[in-house]
Amino acid sequence: MLFGNNNTKKNLTPYLFLLPALTIFTVVTLIPVVRGVYLAFMRYSICGSSFIGLCNFKEIFADPIFWKSLYNAACYTIVVVPVGIIIALFMAFMIFPLPNNSQSFYKAAFYLPGIASSVVLSLVWSWLYEPNFGLLNYLFSLVGIEPLMWLNDPRTALPSLMLMALLGGQGGSIILYLAAMGGIPEDIYEAARIDGANRWQQFIKITFPLLKPTTLYLAIMGIIGALQVFNEIYMMTFGGPNNSTITISYYIYRNGFEHFNFGVASAAAVTLFSIIISLSVLQFKFFNSDVQY
Amino acid sequence: MNSKRALRLGEVLKCLVYLLLTIYAVISLLPLFWMFTTAFKEGSAVISMPPQWIPYPTSLEHFRKLFSVSSIFRWLFNSAIVASLVTAFNLIFASMAAYPLARKQFAGRDLIFWLIISMMMIPGQITLVPLFLMVSKQGFLNKYMGLILPSMVTPFGIFLLKQFMQTLPKEVEDAAIIDGCGEFAIYSRIILPLTKPALAVLAIFIFTGNWNTLVWPLIATNSELMRTLPVGLASLRQEQMVDYGLLMAGAAFMAAPMIILFLRFQQFFTKGLTVGAVKG
Repeated sequence: MLFGNNNTKKNLTPYLFLLPALTIFTVVTLIPVVRGVYLAFMRYSICGSSFIGLCNFKEIFADPIFWKSLYNAACYTIVVVPVGIIIALFMAFMIFPLPNNSQSFYKAAFYLPGIASSVVLSLVWSWLYEPNFGLLNYLFSLVGIEPLMWLNDPRTALPSLMLMALLGGQGGSIILYLAAMGGIPEDIYEAARIDGANRWQQFIKITFPLLKPTTLYLAIMGIIGALQVFNEIYMMTFGGPNNSTITISYYIYRNGFEHFNFGVASAAAVTLFSIIISLSVLQFKFFNSDVQY
Repeated sequence: MNSKRALRLGEVLKCLVYLLLTIYAVISLLPLFWMFTTAFKEGSAVISMPPQWIPYPTSLEHFRKLFSVSSIFRWLFNSAIVASLVTAFNLIFASMAAYPLARKQFAGRDLIFWLIISMMMIPGQITLVPLFLMVSKQGFLNKYMGLILPSMVTPFGIFLLKQFMQTLPKEVEDAAIIDGCGEFAIYSRIILPLTKPALAVLAIFIFTGNWNTLVWPLIATNSELMRTLPVGLASLRQEQMVDYGLLMAGAAFMAAPMIILFLRFQQFFTKGLTVGAVKG
């Protein structure tokens, strides 16, 4: 409050700076969220909408494909997020003690696939997974493994998508873990070494607990992202074969923008919204004790 | 004796670490490598068994076909326009919003900041239908306006710039106040130049993010000429299901600018990632 009372213009200035951003947020986020919730209770048509209460929700809850899409998104998330975090942590743990130039090489190599968009990667992986001429079945044949149908078989389609996410998508997490490891003071390790702790014990007792904020961040962002997985589905499988890879985002897209059933799409979106919000709140409650060092 | 053995064990472990890391690096780079090799193969070589690891003879056949069957240069132009405009708007609006949040005391500051942060958790699907209805009602479908509107400013951008501006010393403004500078001059002539490193990180982040985004341009365009590269490639995939030579040429065409950008500005990419997620 250095210059609090010379005039009122000064007091308004912060709000003026915030005005453009807040206006845009209101138009493209806040109003649409409210309208999205509202639409979930309406039957939408161009000439006018009518309130139909919970009918849209009843419709999706009675739709086995809706449950299938939630189930698939959940399976995908439960596999991809924890396994991805373990891979990232393990890789970061191995990279961290290396000299600087090897560090940057591996960081770049792991991060590069993340730079190419999921649209590009989906096209490439469709090609790798191609049953007759794809590279993966060729490599399998070299070591005598029976070729797989990959995306064309309902049993292997979703696992194929998980594999793709796990093998190419960890660069960002590895870099985050490395940055966090760099922030842990060296004297903690020194004290542990004096007490006779080996590298593995140091990792379990010091590194891992002190990385908790990073792990929490990766878990929340990973879950939010994985539950909404869409691009890969749209580019590679269209939800098939036999709905084995339909996810909730694709279900929303299909109902909203292929069948133009906005009410049903909104009801499914509200369901996803509630799931994501409650998961985020839960995770914060469980993990958000401040780490001190 | 014992220490010698420990030393040898250490060497073995070190080799094992390099081996594992290299295997994972090969696995993670293999898809991109395969995309480029396939794109430069001759038509029939794409499906030859055993596959060619290095295209021989190299051929631009698939690229020529790509340029003739699709409007890929128009899509490139659209992507470049949309990503550039979105980046410019983000830099302006996010820095304006971040400035008072980082440097001023005012009523409601924490509430406003918390509101902005919590918007990061909102899944895009819930705003998709309402945004589509709004944009189509305003006549912005198939217009650049419609494509850029929803991402003109992002919570992440405000967060990133605010975190950075907070670290600037208090004295930078005091000198300006003594010189009689107005608030806008302090923001534009003092804070903004000092924030350049963070602005560069944000610019790269927003640009690549928009270059790669699929869902919104997919919904906000239905004319072939207004597609962005991701939407164009998605349509190509649906029309040319099995012509993988052509599809890899398209994928390589879209990925190449980002890969070059990454190799040139690598440190900005990694900095943007670590903001906010790492303590301290």
